[in-house]
Amino acid sequence: MKKTPIVLALLLLFSMLLSACGGTDNKGDSSNSSGDTINLTWYYPVNVGGEVTKVIDGYAEAFNKEGIEVNGKKVTVEPVYSGNYDESMTKVQTAVKNGKAPDMAVLLSVDLFQIKDSIIALDDMINNDSEAQEMMEDFFPGFMLNSQAEGKTWSIPFQRSTVLLYYNKDMFEEAGLDPEKAPTNWDEVIEYGKQLTKDGKWGIELPATISGYWIYQALALQNGDGNLMSDDGKDVYFNTEEAKGALQYWIDLSKKHKIMPDGVLDWNTVPTDFIEGKTAMMLSTTGNLTNVKNNANFEFGVAFLPGKERLATPTGGGNFYIFKDIPEERQLAAMEFIKWIAQPERAAEWSIDTGYIATRQSSYETPELKEYTESFPQALTAMEQLEHAHKEISVYEQGKIIKILQDAIQAAINGDDVSEALDKAQEQAEELLKPYQ
Amino acid sequence: MRISERMKENVTSWLFLLPSLIFLIMFTLYPMIKTAYLSFFQSDLSTDKPIFIGLKNFKMMMEDEVFRKAFINNIWFAIGTIPTSVALGMVLAILVNRKIKGSALARTFFFYPVVIPMVSAAFIWLFFYTPEYGMINKLLTLFGAGELNLLGNSSTVLIAIIVMVIWKEAGFFMIFYLAALQNIPKDLIEASHIDGASKWIQFRKIVFPLLMPTTIFSFVIATTNAFKTIDQLVVMTQGGPNNASNLLLYYIYESTFRFMDYGKAAAATIVVLVIMVVIAAIQFFGTDRKIHYS
Repeated sequence: MKKTPIVLALLLLFSMLLSACGGTDNKGDSSNSSGDTINLTWYYPVNVGGEVTKVIDGYAEAFNKEGIEVNGKKVTVEPVYSGNYDESMTKVQTAVKNGKAPDMAVLLSVDLFQIKDSIIALDDMINNDSEAQEMMEDFFPGFMLNSQAEGKTWSIPFQRSTVLLYYNKDMFEEAGLDPEKAPTNWDEVIEYGKQLTKDGKWGIELPATISGYWIYQALALQNGDGNLMSDDGKDVYFNTEEAKGALQYWIDLSKKHKIMPDGVLDWNTVPTDFIEGKTAMMLSTTGNLTNVKNNANFEFGVAFLPGKERLATPTGGGNFYIFKDIPEERQLAAMEFIKWIAQPERAAEWSIDTGYIATRQSSYETPELKEYTESFPQALTAMEQLEHAHKEISVYEQGKIIKILQDAIQAAINGDDVSEALDKAQEQAEELLKPYQ
Repeated sequence: MRISERMKENVTSWLFLLPSLIFLIMFTLYPMIKTAYLSFFQSDLSTDKPIFIGLKNFKMMMEDEVFRKAFINNIWFAIGTIPTSVALGMVLAILVNRKIKGSALARTFFFYPVVIPMVSAAFIWLFFYTPEYGMINKLLTLFGAGELNLLGNSSTVLIAIIVMVIWKEAGFFMIFYLAALQNIPKDLIEASHIDGASKWIQFRKIVFPLLMPTTIFSFVIATTNAFKTIDQLVVMTQGGPNNASNLLLYYIYESTFRFMDYGKAAAATIVVLVIMVVIAAIQFFGTDRKIHYS
């Protein structure tokens, strides 16, 4: 009787060890090319509402039925949902560090410099492939800006967006403004805003959390002819006159002109404010088009961002990357898949399903997208604005530098001196970029 | 003979502990040591392989304005949330411990914030705090305070988060106090009543001392929560505006997953770890003797 506890304890331990060992067997042949097929792993993020994973699974299923071959082997794809953009980036980095890089991934186009050592430049592949060349020429040039660096092409546009001006046509009418005429420049924003601000309703809202730096970049681009960073991602220009002027304008909207609520506005509550009719205008991503369309119970319009020295918006969103540490035939297979999913009809379908701008110019010639934009012309405005698109801020140490910039914006909104805040941000960013110069 | 009996008992006990010990080592001890090790290396995007830099991570962290802000914020956050939510939990428990109509309903109401996930709660409060149509703002306007963008201002954001966390936590402690209250022997209260003790004296001399183990337990839980729950920051402020609501764990989270600066994150983790160990030690060893365990 005395012995039973010991026996019990040993049994427990033994069974645990057994179960711990069990997991390590029979692994390996499921995800790699075995025999006559190449099964690609594709990490993708979801950053908008709706059932995007279902759409993606549908694409994968359709592709796997196509029977596309590379080196006589059938190519199939297995999509792996990897969270939002940040989480996807983490997963990819971890996988790469452990020598288990995926074949391809959709990541922010601006994360290029964070992963450049793990991916391949696509130029050779494209030059040897007339279909790929044709595809590259058909992408909107604005979407290619963030794909290129050091004279090479590193990624292929997939789910892309820009900043848009949304406005409430009903409120415009009430205030005696022409509902078909959105403000086209900064002065008009202030003028219209003053007429629209009344009874606890605001003229305009600009969000300053999450992607607030992106909204700010739009203003900075409009206020001159430069950008916030150099093309090689090794320099930033946060404290130029244009950059300071843009931030001052942002703050003047609330402090001086009183047409925007005071304080930092949240990225997620601004669209709700707009849908609830608490603000007549907002700047937000094209990614909110479907959300606003489905939830606003008033007539709304979208328009180009109001300009200052020029009309301008940064692009945003995610691109395809192909990884380095995989066999060449898998890289070729990945390119086959990307070509397949970027076909004009499919890009059109993707745009309708998600609200992203279709990446191919010829997508807008397809009957599906033509029909869609006829019934919902707002979707066309986003595409037309691409003519004024600029490169989104993309630098080495992207994460840290974006935080520095966003902190400076928030500090200024909370009353810090604009000039000092941006000077400090510039100094901190330069310090971080030193090792890369 | 006796010694070998005890040996045997000891071995048995340890064997029983072994399974959980293995997990403890695998998921707690090993990561802790690995973190401590990593904190002496520069391991970020600019380095291919970690480079040994000694204490430089700690030095850089002390010079990092954001870290200092997060550190100070965290202290205020702890001071703001711990005593209030524990005290409130006790008061609520005493209130709903009476046999009155609707006390079950009241208990449910006080407890429901505990049941909903922090992320959902944070989303609800994000909209509570929204200017114009948010509930808090409507209440404030009623008292003539005017429109306030509570989450958007450096001076109010931390208080706003503290209030939300107290709302979330008080019910949790209430449940523990409720259980403890019901375990207090009725004869003690009766005896004191016969001796002519007032309600206040009863509470001070009998109830409160007997609740002491629960209080200590609640304090420990509340303290760890103050350093380990940051879900609300991810949803509500991302540590902003300008780091006014940044806390240590969020700083670590950002360093790791957004900046991929693993060395710095490890160093910050060590700092939090040391703080936690010191606080836990003070609470356990400093107050243990004063507690009456029945």
